[in-house]
Amino acid sequence: MSAPSLPPTLARNPRLGRWLRFRRDGIVEVHSGKVEIGQGILTALAQIAADELDVDPSQVRMVPACTARSPEEGVTSGSLSIQHSGMALRQVCCEARAIYLAAAARALGVDATTLLVRGGRFDAGGGRSTSYADLADDALLDRDATGAGTPKAPEAHERVGTPAMRLDLPDKVMGRPRFVQDLLPPGMLHGRVLRPPSPGARLESLDESKARALPGVVAVVRDGSFVGVVAEREEVALTALGHLRGAARWHESETLPDETRLAEWLRAQPHETTPVASRASASATPPPAKTLKATFTRPFIAHASVAPSCALARWEGERVHVWSHTQGIFNLRADLAIAFALPPEAIVVEHREGAGCYGHNGADDVALDAALLARAVPGRPVRVLWSREDELAWAPFGPAMAVDIAVDLDAAGEVLLWRADVWSNGHSSRPGRAATPTLLAATHRAEPAPPIVAINMPLATGGGSDRNATPGYDLPGLEIANHRVLAMPLRTSALRALGAFANVFAIESMVDDISHVRGEDPVGWRLRHTADPRGRAVIEAVAARAPWALWKAREGFGRGFGYARYKGNGAYCAVAVEVELTHRVRVTRLAIAADVGLAVNPDGVANQLEGGAIQAVSWTLKEAVRFDRTRVTSDRWESYPILRFSEVPAVEAIVLQQREAPSMGAGEAAMGPTAAAIANAVFDAVGVRVRDLPLTAERIAAAS
Amino acid sequence: MIELDVNGTLRTTPASPDTPLVYVLRNDFGLAATRVGCGAEQCGACVVLVDGAPKYACTLRAADAAGKHVSTVEGLVRDGEPHALQRAFLEEQAAQCGYCVSGMLMRAAALLESNPSPDDAAVRAALEPQLCRCGSHNRIVRAVLRAAAAMKAR
Repeated sequence: MSAPSLPPTLARNPRLGRWLRFRRDGIVEVHSGKVEIGQGILTALAQIAADELDVDPSQVRMVPACTARSPEEGVTSGSLSIQHSGMALRQVCCEARAIYLAAAARALGVDATTLLVRGGRFDAGGGRSTSYADLADDALLDRDATGAGTPKAPEAHERVGTPAMRLDLPDKVMGRPRFVQDLLPPGMLHGRVLRPPSPGARLESLDESKARALPGVVAVVRDGSFVGVVAEREEVALTALGHLRGAARWHESETLPDETRLAEWLRAQPHETTPVASRASASATPPPAKTLKATFTRPFIAHASVAPSCALARWEGERVHVWSHTQGIFNLRADLAIAFALPPEAIVVEHREGAGCYGHNGADDVALDAALLARAVPGRPVRVLWSREDELAWAPFGPAMAVDIAVDLDAAGEVLLWRADVWSNGHSSRPGRAATPTLLAATHRAEPAPPIVAINMPLATGGGSDRNATPGYDLPGLEIANHRVLAMPLRTSALRALGAFANVFAIESMVDDISHVRGEDPVGWRLRHTADPRGRAVIEAVAARAPWALWKAREGFGRGFGYARYKGNGAYCAVAVEVELTHRVRVTRLAIAADVGLAVNPDGVANQLEGGAIQAVSWTLKEAVRFDRTRVTSDRWESYPILRFSEVPAVEAIVLQQREAPSMGAGEAAMGPTAAAIANAVFDAVGVRVRDLPLTAERIAAAS
Repeated sequence: MIELDVNGTLRTTPASPDTPLVYVLRNDFGLAATRVGCGAEQCGACVVLVDGAPKYACTLRAADAAGKHVSTVEGLVRDGEPHALQRAFLEEQAAQCGYCVSGMLMRAAALLESNPSPDDAAVRAALEPQLCRCGSHNRIVRAVLRAAAAMKAR
């Protein structure tokens, strides 16, 4: 008999003590390699640990991830944290509980099976008991997980599956320091970086004298086209930055594509083509009676987090400590090690929370900025904060995409063959995966890292632009290909849902066109092509809600539906919306249902679904990175507007709890179905099919 | 030295008069709740109350706040008791990342001061200048309405 298999991140980090530590004061430290990015993961992991250990949630302390001691769990991305860290922690806690139970039995001189475990105490009855705290001894967990033991059955869960209050919110609501931006260690200096004016810019000359002469300026750092300043006070750093900006001469060049012709640009670039899916019809296929062909596009989209990216760094000799809101502490460490030609052990990356993170944003880049500036002032911590302009113009973008779809229909309008070609830059340029650093400043230094070309992760691990390129419906024939564009004038990387946003928008728009050709109810078409009962359940759940079921046709209004199973193997999600068309498009009501398997924190899942849907409304109606041939021009909130309070629809989020099913991520499932539902509602309202995002009144007029 | 009244306590800063108030609050006074978002009055993360009116601390000169009452989130807690708005934000779990929360709280506090019984539309109108990227808007509106009801019941 083979050894029981361990969850993958536990197999990579089998030492139990790396995950869990019992303290004498009754606190249980939980060390996850996953990080809080505003999604509530720490709370869900604490629920899992509390249930499995039989401790009170108030005893659980989630320790910020740190390369010096946390388990290596890769990147907090892809809606995988519960699957990875949650399952690893569950097994760790299960084994740790057994170890402590045995120790308690020995200490009390009783049989372990007679002990009642509750609130962190082992009770033998008759007033005799001990506890994790009494028995706390790091040596007990200084051993590898074996895979032995069976985690609790769903019916034994008290916390898991029940709404829990977020552990991080009290600090944030009471205004206590919590974010990386709030760190204020003694002796801290303030750093600012002068970013180039455009992606193709090179620094020709810089007169640093005026900045250096400013009282309180400690260092001006220049390394090729990388320029930064360190000052005793933040406002002095800002003033010095202004002086540097005025004294810098740049050589700029036209490196950017025509923003009005992105689909043509994508198709004209060198690219790498890979098959995504191919399925021939089982029966002899009649010649198509009709072929529906269309191209769908999305523009470059910005993360547009409300906080500018931030990091701290402090050098001691040839060692550096970095505080960062990165999604991957070990990945960042790997790139910093290359950038400074240091062994990874010389670098500690410690996580601190930043503002909402929706993918690979500027967090890693600013960490290199901070390390470069702090090197000029050994022994002193330097805090670097990006500007709003840096954030909107220099953080990686979600790539522009074009999706060409052609669907062969038979005489009855039934699908014979679904073909799709996806055109896009790669969706990942995360650090830690290449031989050279992908961090922004590395490409600006005197000895620059070579320009990177974003990749797509293999489809088996989630894919990139090909994510959800294959329709999840039961269709006879499929031919799906992905074309990764190899020219990358704008830096692209992972943004929430990756390719699934554009692919699901395209597929679900096409599905409505097919239903329309057949004169069939679009929900009926989706149900007719979905055998999976869990998929059917979310479709039916949303179809029963107000925006769809109670909807009354009236002038200027429309309703629309969208559905997808995220990644083809993740959360099932359906969305229905009502839109109102005036001089602009407004989503008035939205219902979303999802089946994420076991929802550890159902309120957290609902919050993620609603938040995802609202962000998707914003992407769909308003957002596009703007640029001329030289510069990114949408570097302020005025030029990159996002959805505001008056534009936010009423949202009903429904979580279909599945206690017996494995948990799946909730953070990204809403994006594609929401975009599609909006486009379909616009079609319903005015009979106009808009295939290019953002979906504005001008685009509707142009398509009419 | 500039002397400032923040949450009823007089404090001094060596900052130059032109220094935006937000940096004085955060770096000199250790009051981290007032957050930097855009530096251009466009997102509301830095909103504080100056003599009761919402102001952007990212552009307000420190010298211009002298002689006035500056209120921040840290000042919402009275005698260790959270403000009704803070309770309501927790009860509604009205945040995801939480970075925008401080500005929301201060803008909402000003609203409830002038309008103790706002409806949904009034709350949305008041919060219109505040940006939230995570999509917590509806929970935030519910939290403000809940706080209003709680304050009236008292």
